[in-house]
Amino acid sequence: MATQHSRSAARLMMAPAVVLLMGWMLVPLTMTLWFSFRRYLPLRGGDLGWTGFDNYVRFVSSSSFWPSIQATLIIVGGVLAITVCFGVLLALLLDQPMWGQGIVRILVIAPFFVMPTVSALVWKNMFMDPVNGLFAHLFKFFGATPISWLSEASLASIIMIVSWQWLPFATLILLTAIQSLDSEQLEAAEMDGAPAIKRFWFIILPHMSRAITVVILIQTIFLLSIFAEIFVTTQGSFGTRTLTYLIFQRVLESQNVGLGSAGGVYAIILANIVALFLMRIVGKNLDA
Amino acid sequence: MYSRNALRAATALTLIAVGAAQAEEITIATVNNGDMIRMQGLTDDFTAKTGHEVEWVTLEENVLRQRVTQDIATKGGQFDIMTIGMYETPIWARQGWLVPLDDLPADYDIDDILPAMRDGLSVDGTLYAAPFYGESSMIMYRTDLFEEAGIEMPDAPTWDFVADAARKITDRDNEIYGICLRGKAGWGENMAFLTTMANSFGARWFDEDWTPQFDQPEWKEAITFYLDLMEDAGPPGASTNGFNENLSLFQQGKCGMWIDATVAASFVTNPDDSSVADSVGFALAPDTGLGKRANWLWAWALAIPAGTQKEEAAKDFINWATSKDYLALVAEKEGWANVPPGTRTSLYENPNYADIPFAQMTLESIRAANPNEPTVEPVPYVGIQFVAIPEFAGIGTQAGQEFSAALAGQQTAEEALEKAQALTADEMEAAGY
Amino acid sequence: MARAVTPQRKAINTTLAWAVGLLIFFPILWTILTSFKTEAQAINDPPLFLFFDWTLENYSVVQERSDYMRFLWNSVIIAVGSTILGVLIAVPAAWSMAFVPSRRTKDILLWMLSTKMLPAVGVLYPIYLLFIKLGLLDSRVGLVVVLMLINLPIIVWMLYTYFKEIPGEILEAARMDGAGLREEILYVLTPMAVPGIASTMLLNVILAWNEAFWTLNLTAAKAAPLTAFIASYSSPEGLFYAKLSAASTMAIAPILILGWFSQKQLVRGLTFGAVK
Repeated sequence: MATQHSRSAARLMMAPAVVLLMGWMLVPLTMTLWFSFRRYLPLRGGDLGWTGFDNYVRFVSSSSFWPSIQATLIIVGGVLAITVCFGVLLALLLDQPMWGQGIVRILVIAPFFVMPTVSALVWKNMFMDPVNGLFAHLFKFFGATPISWLSEASLASIIMIVSWQWLPFATLILLTAIQSLDSEQLEAAEMDGAPAIKRFWFIILPHMSRAITVVILIQTIFLLSIFAEIFVTTQGSFGTRTLTYLIFQRVLESQNVGLGSAGGVYAIILANIVALFLMRIVGKNLDA
Repeated sequence: MYSRNALRAATALTLIAVGAAQAEEITIATVNNGDMIRMQGLTDDFTAKTGHEVEWVTLEENVLRQRVTQDIATKGGQFDIMTIGMYETPIWARQGWLVPLDDLPADYDIDDILPAMRDGLSVDGTLYAAPFYGESSMIMYRTDLFEEAGIEMPDAPTWDFVADAARKITDRDNEIYGICLRGKAGWGENMAFLTTMANSFGARWFDEDWTPQFDQPEWKEAITFYLDLMEDAGPPGASTNGFNENLSLFQQGKCGMWIDATVAASFVTNPDDSSVADSVGFALAPDTGLGKRANWLWAWALAIPAGTQKEEAAKDFINWATSKDYLALVAEKEGWANVPPGTRTSLYENPNYADIPFAQMTLESIRAANPNEPTVEPVPYVGIQFVAIPEFAGIGTQAGQEFSAALAGQQTAEEALEKAQALTADEMEAAGY
Repeated sequence: MARAVTPQRKAINTTLAWAVGLLIFFPILWTILTSFKTEAQAINDPPLFLFFDWTLENYSVVQERSDYMRFLWNSVIIAVGSTILGVLIAVPAAWSMAFVPSRRTKDILLWMLSTKMLPAVGVLYPIYLLFIKLGLLDSRVGLVVVLMLINLPIIVWMLYTYFKEIPGEILEAARMDGAGLREEILYVLTPMAVPGIASTMLLNVILAWNEAFWTLNLTAAKAAPLTAFIASYSSPEGLFYAKLSAASTMAIAPILILGWFSQKQLVRGLTFGAVK
């Protein structure tokens, strides 16, 4: 259908976006690669010369490296699991006929509009504070000892904060998917006497698989680089130091740009491994 | 807003009258502490006097540090004045990143600045940052609770006395905890306190060959003492408590004792915010009889990054904000208790200020601190609650995270010390020691 | 899909959905309530819900300390500017991917998404140095460009999935009628694509508004948006819950209101091609 003419026009139209993103990727990447092979210590006089693979070796051999990968994967995995599971349930619920559906939907999507810094501050101070937080009051009311959330259940707390922010997003996409389901099919199944669980498992869930894939893909992209939530709450203590946060500590707290850059290169590699996995799944599910 | 505009108009008129031509706009990065916010509120007085306008960038401490360090290390030139501390000043000055403050006018009276503060902010005798407020640390305690328990706090207690008293006062059912100490990880949070505590137990960060000393018995003794004390007499969730969290606990009457910055004294004795304002006593930070007390020395100071285009206006501002007149101005508008403390001898000689209950103890604590000889054993570094080398911020925070995890019960003192030793050795090697 | 249900069933659904909705919304509600309390009431034990002395004091304190309107204006310019710029660049790209697909289209699309995975902290130094060279530090232009680049992959993808749903036959019919490329885009495609573009823009305004790393690290006084405004209210000395709540409410209110009013638009476009 496409003529030669429209093909070259198409290329031309794609060019600005591709060139810009190429630049946005290549320029910092090249500089990061360059720094990662240098002994670059701004507080000790700047660029102190070539060090080969020293930074790379040092970054991986540090005792905080593997725990940071682990923390990253737990947070991303935990948030994905919670948002997808509760997202599906919430979408099913919101799809039911009810009074005031519009208002409920507004309530449910609200957290998506809150900036991460604000949500982290609010959760940390007004809910999770072990003395003045609302949870502490609640625990005391029921006669339990308040938990110091951010130290005793640090990873779970962060997963909870981030999930709260992303649940609306998942719910919305999944809800749209459910609503597009052919109701005749469901009614037919209902008449055949298929129980609700079976209807969900064999009709609704397969129909939503594509939407679930999209949710996972987009959220993973954003979750791999979460920073504000950790910076505001635990500052990387109590096992919440993700790879991103470890790089932040190397670059900004220790002011070792070379070492941090090597970490950045590892983060890019990790992101690409995750991306490759995702693409595999998405490729099947999303042949556009 | 209205009054500010009116003032600006008035200023403009004065300027035309005086004929001062180069009114400039300077950008100042500062921390969101009470004294700085007060300074921000008084900016109009500066503008009226000099004609210069001020753009404030007020940030939370961690964000501020990150922003100004990033900017000065890359020569970004975003700020004409940066609010920095005693830790950054000598390091940055040696890099040639700060404008020396060697031409302050005579009426600034530089000799009036407390010697400890001036030393800490100077390199080779030249001042590089002017102290805005200075602090040491001391014990703040509840006189009513001590009376009830029949204990009397000496002016210079020992750690054993403090621990004993803390355990006696603790009454968990009524949410009264004998002692509140910092536990939140960070080189300027728990490590500031733990380092001074370790100093008083005879420990040190490095020996004279820059070998980390966390594997030494003094550290183990100090950390174990701290963990045991907090276990028995500390508030819940202490591992996330920093200065601010403890301040709020103390103000709510939940702490029997609190060892922290001397500037906190004006907050805990302010009846507007503090429910225990009339029953707060002060004492020197504790020791173990080895000759060093657990008190630090710190100043928030104003410095001018080298390369700014507005050096003159910036100097005018520093001259205004750290002068004797500024102290008088704050005293007039907000009362003597709210004057930025710990910088000038004349303030402590002022009879109006001497009436303030915490003035004398603050001065004594500052005088008792010596950054050049912070420890019992000799060390190759300067700084009491920090080590003035560029790597310290990174090391201190990471070590702080280990001790914070130990306080949360996630690891033992031994494990924390072992990890701190390993990571410090690692970072020092990377830095080329 | 409207299904007939018994009133009891509907009542149960309603109760359950409202309970969940209120639970999810509660942190925001609590923040708004706290912003009207005094500092002492904010930490009162037991917590006060509605019966306290409502006060606007926190808002006036916050306004006195920081010029809210300026931060707000910067946020608006940066969020809207980067979105408009992004859409201008993304529309042609998405169009050509959707209607003149080649074997590589999907690869390019996924590659674009992968650029979002660069960890921002890792490239802070390079970008900061670059910004110094270009004189873009603390400028709205610089932030508009950076946020546009960050969100461009998402914009392209959303538009692409939206354009894909426009049936190709309509375009062919237009071509038969002798419409050129320009007319085709202008008169046939655009009207059909407006809802999709609108929701894409909405999502991106939200994403740009809430971006807190670059907006904080590349600004000082002049271009600082609401994310920097918030950074001056987190953990100061003394009691601060009420003031923090007031500042938080001020920072999120504009986008919350925009989001609520346009939620139908937003929902329609948020499918990312997830719905066939």
